[in-house]
Amino acid sequence: MTQRTPLYNAHVALGARMVDFAGWEMPLHYGSQIEEHHAVRGGAGVFDISHMGVIDLHGNRSRDLLRYLLANDVARLDTTPGRALYSCMLNERGGVVDDLIVSYMSPIWYRLVVNAATFDKDFNWISRHASSFAVDLESQEDLAMIAVQGPQARQQVHQLGNAYLTLGQSLGKFYAATKGDVFISRTGYTGEDGYEIILPADDLESIWQQLLDNGVKPCGLGARDTLRLEAGMSLYGQDIDDNHTPLESGLAWTVALQPASRQFIGRSALQQQLDAGLKWQLAGLRLEGRGVMRSGLQVTLPDQQQGVITSGGFSPTRQQSIAMARLPLGDYQTAMVTLRQQQLPATVMKLPFVRHGQPL
Amino acid sequence: MSEIPAELKYSPSHEWIRVEPDGTICVGITHHAQDLLGDMVFIELPEVGRQLSHGEECAVIESVKAASDIYAPLAGTITAVNNSVEAAPELLNQQPYGDGWILKMQPDAATDLHKLLDAAGYSALVASEA
Repeated sequence: MTQRTPLYNAHVALGARMVDFAGWEMPLHYGSQIEEHHAVRGGAGVFDISHMGVIDLHGNRSRDLLRYLLANDVARLDTTPGRALYSCMLNERGGVVDDLIVSYMSPIWYRLVVNAATFDKDFNWISRHASSFAVDLESQEDLAMIAVQGPQARQQVHQLGNAYLTLGQSLGKFYAATKGDVFISRTGYTGEDGYEIILPADDLESIWQQLLDNGVKPCGLGARDTLRLEAGMSLYGQDIDDNHTPLESGLAWTVALQPASRQFIGRSALQQQLDAGLKWQLAGLRLEGRGVMRSGLQVTLPDQQQGVITSGGFSPTRQQSIAMARLPLGDYQTAMVTLRQQQLPATVMKLPFVRHGQPL
Repeated sequence: MSEIPAELKYSPSHEWIRVEPDGTICVGITHHAQDLLGDMVFIELPEVGRQLSHGEECAVIESVKAASDIYAPLAGTITAVNNSVEAAPELLNQQPYGDGWILKMQPDAATDLHKLLDAAGYSALVASEA
């Protein structure tokens, strides 16, 4: 049985191609995912992301629990309520249970936004550890969520009314604010400025319609994927998973090994991996010729070592195929990708592929 | 809803075929096919003059979703290819039955045309795959 978001009828009315994503019927595109992609790079687009999970942690020791559960350190948020942090949540082997954004709302309230596909796994994992910290978990299933992204996204959201203007105007990047039932954070999954907004399901349709009436383009999961790929952002289940650590997945910057006294799940596995020497990295590839790299394709390096593409696609901004690939650690400049029985030359590059709408 | 023009013939692999007055055929992909594939990003065309057997792979279309082969709907010789879709693959999405045509062929035998589906047959095929 697939689930539907409160915007399901609105998507169908717009002619969206609907697909099953992690048990949710979601819009893939509303006609052209490339046009939707360009709208976000050049103006503003809105995504229904109500499939994502919202978990609130309540209790005096929420901070302690999160310092134990997350590879990044929520102590970094201490002095500034409203600040948000990207982190991986690790298993004992250092593999990634999920990647998430945690917002520090008050000393007794943290809000987590987690992936749809991993929601149950996350909730069970956190619950298992929460009781010994006397922290209550609250799954916010009656809340809906949209992302408004693009260089004009903030301005568009501020026009939704005084509440949005007041909340958004002075909000710094990677900060969240809440007033009444509305929660907005200056975060996203596109590489552009904008907001992710959590609000009661009943209010969603009118806000969605208002944004569309003001010229914000509805965007589906197809554009969401190419936008995040250009921005070099990981997708759980493809670029990161239970069997690879953040250190070998391009996410070392999200792991707080200092202070050394902080014990978090997965820490000893990460330390062992560092002591033994890292063997893998996550790198960017761009295909020099025609064709589109897809996840699962084999990559052969000049020294004949091999890697695999974890995410690939066509970059509308660069007009060429780009990919993330798990490669042996090393300083590589070129690689060959096996595509439809052919070996095609690719250039190894640092992430991201695009910043503020411009190819890098 | 997919558009399935009544005057065209169809293949089970979602190509459409228009019989021209001079007996050549024009080939493209159906509205239904482009809708399933999503935005086109690359098209690889064959050479004019190439001889094809029935069902032979003769072009590759690559969309945001997948790469797909185009199959020769009949045996014959390629007489023309649409170079403008190489530069503008989105024509296959925007005008699949018009400017988004892919290639033209001279069929070896006009009688082979009877092996193709008509619009009703293709509609039934699309419905059965839904």
